[in-house]
Amino acid sequence: MSIEKYRKNFLKEVEERVEEGQWVKMCMQCGVCAGSCPFGPHWEHTPQKIFMMIRAGKREEVLTSDSMWMCTSCYNCVVRCPRKLPITHIMHGLAYLSKREGLMPKNQPTAQFGQLFWDNLTKNGRVNELKLSLGMYFKDGFSQGIKNAMAMQSVGMGMMKAKRLNPMEILGGHGIKDKSGFSAMLKKAKELEDARRKLA
Amino acid sequence: MADMKVAAYICQGCGLGERLDTASLAKIAQKEGKAQVVREHPFLCNAEGVAMIRNDIDNEAVTHVMIAACSRRAKTEAFGFTDVAMSRANLREGVIWIRPDDEASRETTQEMAEDYVRMGCAEVKKMKLPEADPAAVTERRVLVVGGGISGMTAALEASRAGYRVVLVEKTGALGGWGARLYKRSPSRSPYADPQDTGVDAMIAAVTSDGNIKVYTNAITSKIEGAPGRFIAEVSTESGATTTETVGSIVQATGFSLYDANNLPELGYGKSANVVDQAGLEALARAANGGAIKRPSDGGDVKTVVFVQCAGQRDETGKHLPYCSGSCCLTSVKQAMYFKDQNPDVDTVVIYTDLRMPGNGEDFYRSGQNKGVTFTKGKVSSVEATGNTCKVNFQDLILNDQTAIENADLVVLATGQVANSGVDVDAKLKAEIAAAAGDNTLLDAWNASQAEGAVKPISVLNLAYRQGPDLPQLKYGFTDSHFICFPYETRRTGIYAAGPVRRPMDIIQATEDATGAALKAIQAIENAALGRAAHPRSGDLSFPKVRIEGCTQCKRCTVECPFGAIDEDEKRYPLFNQSRCRRCGTCMGACPVRVISFENYSVDTVGSQIKAVDVPDEFSEKPRILILACENDAYPALDMAAMNKEVYSAWVRVIPVRCLGSVNTIWITDALNSGYDGVMMLGCKHGEDYQCHFVKGSELASYRMSKVGDTLQGMGLEPERVQVFEAAITDIERLPRLINEYSDQIAALPPSPFKGF
Repeated sequence: MSIEKYRKNFLKEVEERVEEGQWVKMCMQCGVCAGSCPFGPHWEHTPQKIFMMIRAGKREEVLTSDSMWMCTSCYNCVVRCPRKLPITHIMHGLAYLSKREGLMPKNQPTAQFGQLFWDNLTKNGRVNELKLSLGMYFKDGFSQGIKNAMAMQSVGMGMMKAKRLNPMEILGGHGIKDKSGFSAMLKKAKELEDARRKLA
Repeated sequence: MADMKVAAYICQGCGLGERLDTASLAKIAQKEGKAQVVREHPFLCNAEGVAMIRNDIDNEAVTHVMIAACSRRAKTEAFGFTDVAMSRANLREGVIWIRPDDEASRETTQEMAEDYVRMGCAEVKKMKLPEADPAAVTERRVLVVGGGISGMTAALEASRAGYRVVLVEKTGALGGWGARLYKRSPSRSPYADPQDTGVDAMIAAVTSDGNIKVYTNAITSKIEGAPGRFIAEVSTESGATTTETVGSIVQATGFSLYDANNLPELGYGKSANVVDQAGLEALARAANGGAIKRPSDGGDVKTVVFVQCAGQRDETGKHLPYCSGSCCLTSVKQAMYFKDQNPDVDTVVIYTDLRMPGNGEDFYRSGQNKGVTFTKGKVSSVEATGNTCKVNFQDLILNDQTAIENADLVVLATGQVANSGVDVDAKLKAEIAAAAGDNTLLDAWNASQAEGAVKPISVLNLAYRQGPDLPQLKYGFTDSHFICFPYETRRTGIYAAGPVRRPMDIIQATEDATGAALKAIQAIENAALGRAAHPRSGDLSFPKVRIEGCTQCKRCTVECPFGAIDEDEKRYPLFNQSRCRRCGTCMGACPVRVISFENYSVDTVGSQIKAVDVPDEFSEKPRILILACENDAYPALDMAAMNKEVYSAWVRVIPVRCLGSVNTIWITDALNSGYDGVMMLGCKHGEDYQCHFVKGSELASYRMSKVGDTLQGMGLEPERVQVFEAAITDIERLPRLINEYSDQIAALPPSPFKGF
């Protein structure tokens, strides 16, 4: 798709394909979100800039930005936005579009964690905390994994003592009864969502 | 006056009785003040006290009343005796509330009160009961110049209030800008869509109104007179001239769009597809609800770019330096012309700051909802190629030098220029700027005077000594008192309404015109009664001049901020009472002191100054005269007193109508009488002036800058006379300022003039 600058094609795509995307046009560029974000200095573009880039038709730059992945969902911006934009939701919606389009930044930890969590959850219908943590520790190789695990040792031991982490989960762990029903449900939900967002 | 009988009343209420020795005050009123009747009363403003005074006036032939109680600004209804001359000695706010209640201060506090009683008695004896202007005449018609929305609103409002109106329109038809619009920005909830202008209905209402006489193709070729008796010559294009007498005038001559031909860098004149906002309205009217076509070839419009602040808010000095405050609304409205017809058209508004007055924010939101794109940026140039344009701009959010290519239509928001006629102060302003080292204005002035130069055309053609049009304040808009009295111009009985006064939209212009119509009616009714119109509304006093003493120096005619004074054929000042605001600036200006009001004159203040008992040089009790503007500084002092702020017992405060009315003789009198210092408290002056009489405080500080020579001649230090700017909100600052000044004066040796 060719995107002309400052035309509404990309904005239109965002409105159709991003959760709450129809709100982007209502931004009045006051910058309160940018000033309110606790992560403000640490990411590439503030929400204000992301919204302006959408209007400017900078599709590639928006969808490759790390900003949506850095959002911690603190909702400070949503609370303060004078135009009542659901900024946090829009950011997550943009992240989803960026992933679907294969444009998310490489080795983005939040994105990697998200993928691990999803795979972990959909396997048995329950989250396996032990495998999830280990998966996270060892994502950058074996020796880095050992280092990470050692660094987190005391937290892990504490969780085990408090019965929040079961070492036996390494053997497979718990799950739900109707796994195939669960997968069917997910598949259907994805179909519906994709149709709605024209992502198929 | 042979039958003058002075009565002095000393109140003992509000703690005055406990704090002061009122018996000795009464004695002073009698012995030194020479009051024939002197009475003390425990509660003067109650029914019994007021009845006592009333009885003295009715049955004891009292003609002059001195009330020693609270500030002249308090209890004005109880003490509202309109049939006698009256002065007030301010013992409450002026003495006991601003002095500590302790033994150490008792003596100086009592001295303060005694002086105020002396001053009150001295003042009232010099006062006369003001009588209304005996020459008052009444013509109750309103002249409205300009038949646009503002002018028609003013005419209709005046008519609805029962006044007849003469409406003069320069063009062949009523309607002005309003008639050239396709639609207007919304004036009603939900403020979401452009709405019909309503101009046709308005024109119908005006033309069918029996109270309104309409002249089209006509101008006011001459206006002379004053409120209640203006004589206007209305000349039509055909050459016919009719004379209309009117009581007051509303000038609603509106604005012209800033000439987009000055903006070639934005493509105007280079491509038919670059238009100003008026050009877009014309296109929209031609399309009449259909798709607006590209002017160059009639092609479809797919992308429209609106360039805000085109030739406005300009810092280079080439274009308009100000914001017109209405073009953002217009651009949103015009973008909707496209969006409402076809939502697929791209409409981009490039702005640096969107200003959406009133309920414009709702309209802005509606525009966003309809898909108008808003981009914060600054347009550097528009390149026209073939049937499209390239708009180059700096995106101010993304900090990106970028461009919109292939725009079919570019609309420049060029802003409003006031149609205010001749700048009557142009030469003066140029000379002041030149004196400060800036010759640009003076060069422009000289160029405008050269043979063959295009001369500005007067709107009102006033036959006033001070020039043919209303004075301008800034950027060519007519002067009005922005803060306190927005409709009042510097020409009494002539009111500016709508965009000639400041840039505005239709909603504001409608309100403005309604207000101006009411002011016009106020001026007529006050003129009919021979009273001041405003701000001293209802004041019956007016300046009287002892013409045989006049030296024809012309200072009064030149310095009157309101152009109230013309010259007669013998070159003596000719006072137009109903144009006068009663500020007394002429009185302050007069070097031979022949101008006075019945109840406010060189003598009423001068006698107060001389009545103060100035202790000798060994007493270590300095005396400081404060002349305080009664509009701002004096109320601020009263409020400081209510807060029980303490200030020096050495000061004696005399309220003045305006610092402009301060005659330098008062200063020399005070210094000659042995005062150690004179402090003047007036309003802020300059471009953002707060002076009720526009120029009064400015003139005062100018005059006082020349007092230095006098002081030097008397062998006195220059800091003994100082002018300070004060606002009505300076409740805490003023007592501090007074104390600092008092300390400064106390540190000087006593005045050598004491005891003479």
